[in-house]
Amino acid sequence: MRLDLVPRGRRSALSAALSPALAFLAAVLVGGIAVALMGVSPAAAFTVYFVAPLSDLWSLQEIALKAAPLALIATGLAFCYRANLWNIGAEGQFVVGGLAGGIIAIATHGTEGATFWILPAMLLTGTLAGLAYAMIPALLRVKLGVSEILTSLMLVYVAELLLDYMARGPLRDPAGYNFPQSVTFDDAARLPYLMEGDTLHAGVLVALAAVLLAALVLGRSLFGFEMRLVGASPRAARFAGFGEARLTLMAFAISGGAAGLAGIVEVAGKIGQLQPTISPGYGFTAIIVAFLGRLSPVGILLAALVIAVTTIGGEAAQIDLRLPLDLTRAFQGLLLGLVLAADVFTRFKVRLVPGAAR
Amino acid sequence: MSLDLIQMVLATVLAAATPLVIAALGELVTERAGVLNLGVEGMMVCGAAIGFAAAVESGSTLVGALAGIGAGMALSALFGLLTVGLAANQVASGLALTILGLGLSGLVGAGYVGLKREPAPHLHLPVLSDLPGIGRLVFGQDGFVYAGIALAIGVSWFLWRTRGGLILRAIGDDHTATHSLGLSVRGVRFLAVLFGGACAGLAGAYLSLAYTPFWAPAMTAGRGWIALALVVFASWRPARVVGGAILFGGATVLQLHAQASGIGLPGQLLSALPYLATILALVLLSLGRRRGGSQAPAALGRDFTPHR
Amino acid sequence: MLRTTLSACLGALLLFSGAASAEDKLKVGFVYVGPVADYGYSFQHDLSRKALAEAMGDKVETTYLENVPEADSERAIEKLARSGMGLIFTTSFGFMEPTLKVAKKYPKVKFEHATGYKRAANVSTYSARFYEGRYVCGKIAAKLSKTGTVGYIASFPIPEVVSGINAFMLGAQSVNPNIKLKIVWVNTWFDPGKEAEAAKALLAQGADILTQHTDSAAPLQEAEKQGKLAFGQSSDQYRFAPKAQLTSITDDWNGYVIGEAKAVLDGTWKSHDTWGGIKDGMVVLAPFTNMPDDVKAMAETTVKDIASGKTHPFAGPVTKQDGTIAVKDGETAPDPMILGMNWYVKGIDDKLPQ
Repeated sequence: MRLDLVPRGRRSALSAALSPALAFLAAVLVGGIAVALMGVSPAAAFTVYFVAPLSDLWSLQEIALKAAPLALIATGLAFCYRANLWNIGAEGQFVVGGLAGGIIAIATHGTEGATFWILPAMLLTGTLAGLAYAMIPALLRVKLGVSEILTSLMLVYVAELLLDYMARGPLRDPAGYNFPQSVTFDDAARLPYLMEGDTLHAGVLVALAAVLLAALVLGRSLFGFEMRLVGASPRAARFAGFGEARLTLMAFAISGGAAGLAGIVEVAGKIGQLQPTISPGYGFTAIIVAFLGRLSPVGILLAALVIAVTTIGGEAAQIDLRLPLDLTRAFQGLLLGLVLAADVFTRFKVRLVPGAAR
Repeated sequence: MSLDLIQMVLATVLAAATPLVIAALGELVTERAGVLNLGVEGMMVCGAAIGFAAAVESGSTLVGALAGIGAGMALSALFGLLTVGLAANQVASGLALTILGLGLSGLVGAGYVGLKREPAPHLHLPVLSDLPGIGRLVFGQDGFVYAGIALAIGVSWFLWRTRGGLILRAIGDDHTATHSLGLSVRGVRFLAVLFGGACAGLAGAYLSLAYTPFWAPAMTAGRGWIALALVVFASWRPARVVGGAILFGGATVLQLHAQASGIGLPGQLLSALPYLATILALVLLSLGRRRGGSQAPAALGRDFTPHR
Repeated sequence: MLRTTLSACLGALLLFSGAASAEDKLKVGFVYVGPVADYGYSFQHDLSRKALAEAMGDKVETTYLENVPEADSERAIEKLARSGMGLIFTTSFGFMEPTLKVAKKYPKVKFEHATGYKRAANVSTYSARFYEGRYVCGKIAAKLSKTGTVGYIASFPIPEVVSGINAFMLGAQSVNPNIKLKIVWVNTWFDPGKEAEAAKALLAQGADILTQHTDSAAPLQEAEKQGKLAFGQSSDQYRFAPKAQLTSITDDWNGYVIGEAKAVLDGTWKSHDTWGGIKDGMVVLAPFTNMPDDVKAMAETTVKDIASGKTHPFAGPVTKQDGTIAVKDGETAPDPMILGMNWYVKGIDDKLPQ
């Protein structure tokens, strides 16, 4: 027996939309069985995971907050992945962005007088720092042909350790009993809240704007076309005269900048100080979000929301049903695998053919 | 330094390098076939959990090690089905595998927290193991260490001395050409993925059965990622994997020794060294390549569908 | 449309059922930074949650969130506050600012933050004087060490760890003024492999007794493997090393947690700071094992003297590494000094990472 993949001539919009939905259903089914085995009613689990988080204003805000950095980073990554460039170091670019922007907040702590410039300067610095950090693997690839997959991944750990060192050492709050965290930022260095209850902050708008902008660029501009062409057919792109080096640098700049911006938005929005870790793995989750969303900005936005819902639902399940966090993790892993698999069915006709494997 | 101290340090380095060697050799074979499996950490931690659980239930370290291998293979089979069978993206699938593995290991291991087993037995030969200076180092390790060394030799022999190895490397370098020659690209890749999973599972089982004989959540503590770095650092060559693992393991162990004897360095810098070293190795490799040195498998990470 | 109506109904149903069961029952929530299965810090805290449920029966309902990353903890804490909890324990230092922020939004909910130093009207802080236990361990180690060298596996140079090292050293010096302490910083709270490597390094360099301020049982097991002795950490880890564990400095939060829950139920709860030690039963030394009777007797006396206040680990004169006097003769170190400790006492042959 062998598995044959026959490319479909045209991807129908219907199947493209249906396949993740089916994958989701399959994951819920498997998850339901697991939950039942643990002695919990699957219906109750489904309600707690997926319905309750969507039926309450507070958790809707939290979903938006959780989804915003994921969508922002994943949108940036989509530029890379469309061009077949594998930046998997967004986590590092996120951390460096948060660190660099945070340093400005700490340096200006307690400033009297005009402070209106601090927040924009932080956002700009964070973006540029993420961008610059992404330039390392990009330049290594362009100039020396070094695999960007591995260098970008390695740089994640370097960035995390750098932040750890800075938060425990030079940036430590002098009045904080030597505990490893910086001063809490002044209000001038914080993103404003959008709604009563001090939950939803302006970072969500930043992310939304970035996703919209990306949708325009990818869909309507020559640059977006170049990206897609390079990814689909590097040879054709070369014939058309598109510089591969320039595109590589551009794609990394965009994804690094987006991740850096997400980092400083998280620090200036939710956290409000620097600490040894500032990311619960957003940079890696965003890679998955980018693929779940099929590298399209709108899809990414949806995918980020789905991941956010399962995370917040997972917390509710721990509280209300005593379901362990590991179950949520396993479920997320399963869901991603199934969505990736289902995606294949929209691109190919999958057939089991008798005969030796080829 | 006395001879005994040197031997003890070297024995520690060897033990620290073993899980890295085993996991990295598996990943090396997978990558040589052109598949990038980023899920090493997930397979390793599952190998640790399931290996420990099986060893407790059966009372046998060997059964535990086999169960660890089985767990790694089962997860890698899922990965292989996705990426080799269905041509799904390897990077995303590998990350999904990591999350799945961490979750599953926690679920399986929950019942085994706080239990302990005797560590896997060490070899003891009547005269040889008591030789001063080298006896314990060479003749007094546990079975996993010898398995790791045998694995390195075996993989090296297979890749460069057998027809199968040649085919595997050819597929990793150019799947389209090998496919048109009538070779089973996907079959070989799937087997390579399974081998990688088996090794990662065994490496995880080593941690929970021999190195620190208990189960604790996320006890692999990032060793799967180091193994990935190591493959690149070693420029996809088994002997260099062993050398690199000893270097990585040695750096950690030696810095602990340096601290114990009163010389301190910032821990973060030392922890960052393996990653920085890998980047440096990549750069040097690519400079070397211009003079005809070795390089990464050309088809690494690119998916393949026979009808393209 | 149908779906939104449905979800709204289900949501309402859920809220309703939640409200019905919450009447006059105190719901108590716990937030842990690690997995409850770590057999260390979070595990020990979870024991107090179980003890609370046991002690108060129907009057309380407990729940927890585990593996909460510090960068993502605000939502987890707020989620508990919104789920009808009347009392919430946030058990890691990194949860300090998020706890304060959520507490401001939910003035009726009582919060208990472990190991922090910022309080509010509805936020108490609590921590344990772990250094008292370490002083006892230091004395035991100095008595039992044949090589005169003790190995110390440390995590991060924060005051809690540094004061622990100093107290251990002062205890050891009170028995053997020439005792040597070798310190290894592993830069992690939990990595069994690395902790085992550190233990091996220390043993190879002549230490015959190990103590640790990291969370796994790996160093204890390493000591057991090599026939050496060691101290456990956070929980009683005797089962991991029955031939090596001398004692273990365990955190016992049971009394505190139950007391605070009772205070909330009685309406007598007030924001306060608790820094409990051996006297308060918050720091408990696991049974003394693997040591001769005279050492055991000495250890037990020391425990009693610390509880009665006769012995203070940081009783003057305490000299810093650089020779300056930190605590004068006849005085004891004030709490703020211990809470912010960032210097070694004289006799420690290591440079404190800054």
